[in-house]
Order: sequence, then structure tokens, then C-alpha cells
Amino acid sequence: MNGVHDMGGLQGYGPVMIEANEPLFHGEWERRALGITVAMGASGLWNIDLARSARESLPPLDYVQGPYYAIWIQALQKLLLERGLITPQELAQGQALTPPVAGVRVLKAAEVDAALAKGSPADRPSTCAPRFAVGQRVRALNLNPQGHTRLPRYVRGHVGTVVLHHGSHVLPDQHVKQMLPPFDGTAEHLYTVVFEGAELWGPQAEAGSQVCVDAWESYLEAVPSP
Amino acid sequence: MQADHGHHHDHSHEQSTLSEMDLRVRALETLLTQKGYLDPAAVDRIIETYEVHVGPHNGAKVVARAWVDPAFRDWLLQDATAAIASMDYTGRQGEHMVAVPNTPETHHMVVCTLCSCYPWPVLGLPPVWYKSAAYRSRAVIEPRAVLADFGLSLPAEKQIRVWDSTAEVRYLVLPERPTGTEGWS
Repeated sequence: MNGVHDMGGLQGYGPVMIEANEPLFHGEWERRALGITVAMGASGLWNIDLARSARESLPPLDYVQGPYYAIWIQALQKLLLERGLITPQELAQGQALTPPVAGVRVLKAAEVDAALAKGSPADRPSTCAPRFAVGQRVRALNLNPQGHTRLPRYVRGHVGTVVLHHGSHVLPDQHVKQMLPPFDGTAEHLYTVVFEGAELWGPQAEAGSQVCVDAWESYLEAVPSP
Repeated sequence: MQADHGHHHDHSHEQSTLSEMDLRVRALETLLTQKGYLDPAAVDRIIETYEVHVGPHNGAKVVARAWVDPAFRDWLLQDATAAIASMDYTGRQGEHMVAVPNTPETHHMVVCTLCSCYPWPVLGLPPVWYKSAAYRSRAVIEPRAVLADFGLSLPAEKQIRVWDSTAEVRYLVLPERPTGTEGWS
């Protein structure tokens, strides 16, 4: 979706503010927010793409204001409510009022290390040959889906060169189509495409700058070599 | 370094937002625990993992090894996932790794313009600046100016390549080995 989360190239956000000796968390609530969100992610009732989609589709003003972990909590609440895991009344009261939904996988303390070490690999066996090759010129398509995508607006319509091919990875645009498992695990060939700064930003581009994005095959089309 | 605010904060508003978040998160954790969806000890272990065990100290070891061991450096550049995994730094948000080496010609930067994707197993949780709108918006359009915010001024002829982490591939910049460290372990 063309949301406020798609920030590449926006102006007016000011200088990058760096905090000396920045602590990992700026409050107990941030620690718990991280832990709760990661633990509930193991429930199996959504996937990382649905989680990202929930965050980026929060009300724009909430998203921009943050703070960062507030976005995580707000999105987690949305994911839980959407699936009936909690009710609005329970959320307001901070108390369980109804029986839990069955079939929710609960991550136990003894399982955490293995779960974090395993992660969630996104690569899948390729089911077809790649359309593009390293070194090939490609154009990012001007796609503007309402749903979740990982093609940032600032590259759409621009021509770049494939620098890496990563095999096939789960396509986020499809992975969010089902709210509950089984999820659509359609995978496509994934490429890293480099764009010259001048191609993306015109005369305002910094000299000698380039930007790479990771783009799935359906985000791209071939461009004839000059 | 930009250490002071260039604009006014409504500090009372900020404080009330933070105490509201404190209440909200406590209430949510209580609710989820009562429902039986959440094991608080698992939450504790997750927090402990990223506070203590997983952090940039891991990535520093990878970089240092690449500096002293040419075979490891080659492996890291060829197959960073396997090379990093051999040091036991694997897992969530680091399942697919690519190492990008700084050279005299090219300086690399990593960003996630769409959210905050970061290679957790080697660098830990991302710092606030990495997740900020200022960094996410500016890193791809004015990387040189962003580096200046960090106090780094690159020669004009140096190329800058910015990697936007739009998929699950995670990028680790391999800095150039500092001069005068020959013979160090």
C-alpha cells in the first residue's frame, strides 16, 4: 500500500538524531513490548508479512508519531482482535472475560532459544527458471497495490541492473492474502537490483550514489540493453 | 553529531504517552497470560536473549575474523549465511545474510525504508536512529549528508551504495581494516 511507512526519499524529517550510549530500551514497557510481540508471533496465527502489514496500515498519524514499540503494540492488538483471540472489552479492561481460542501455539521458555536460532527462512525450492540474470537491465514496475507489497514507491518505473540473485523467496504480497493459516506461500525468484542515484532522484541526486533494493520477479520487467 | 533537539518537545505530553504505554503493555501482557496464550517466562527469555547474548558484539567478532583470516573473509563474501552460521550467529532476522565490503572506492550503507529490518543475530536490535523517519527517508536520497550527521565525511570521489532491506536478506557491512593493525589478533 502507498502508506506513510514507505519513507524512502521523503524530506522534512530533519537530521538523524543520535543518542550517545543509547540504551536498548527506553522503559520497561519497551522491553515487555518486544518480548510479547516476538512470543505471540510464535502462535502461528499470522506470519511476519501479516505483522508488517498490520503495522504499516495503522492510522497514518499514529504510525508517524510512534514511538516505535507503540506501533508494535498497536499492530499486535489489531492482529489479536482480528482473529478473535481477545475482545475489545478484554483489551480495555486488561482482564480475560471469555475462554481462550483453541489451537493457539504457546511458546514455552524452554523453547525460546531454539525458536530464535531457527528463525523463519523465507527461501523455497525454485519451481521454475529465473527470468532475469545478474548484469541484466530491468525496470521496476509501476505497481500500486492497496495491500502489502515490498516494492518501495521511489523505485517504481525506474531502470536498474541486477546485481544478485537469491533463488526463490516467499512473496510477501501473496503471503498476506490469507488471514489465518494455511498461508499462501507462493515463492518467486528474488533479485537485488541497483539503481543509480541520478535515475531515482534526478538533478538533486548526490554524485556517486546508488541504491539497491531486493525485488521479486513480479516486481520487474526486462529492459533491452542500450 | 546531532545530540540536541532542533525543535521543542511537549514534555508533559510525552510523559503521559509513556505512562499510558506502560499501562497498556502491562494490561495486554496480563490479558494474554490469563488467556493462556503467553508464557511470561518465555517473554523473559526473549528479552534476556537480546539484552545479553545477541548484540553487535557478535558482528564485531565476525568482522574481526574477516580482517585477520583471508579464507574466512572470502567465505563471508561468497556465502555470508554459512560463514556467520559457522560462528553460531544464526536465527531470527538473519536467515539470509550478505556481507558487503567497504573498499577505497565504495562505502556501503544499509537501511530499511519500509520498516526497520536489521540483521538481529549479528547486530542485535536496531538503534532508535536506524528506525527513525529521518534515517529511513534520507539514507536513500542523501546518504552522504546522512553520514555527515554521524560525523563521517567521505572523499567526493568515493561511491556510496545504499542497500534497502526490502526482503528477508540482511546486509552486514564489512568495514575496511583500520591501518596500523597489522599483526593484531
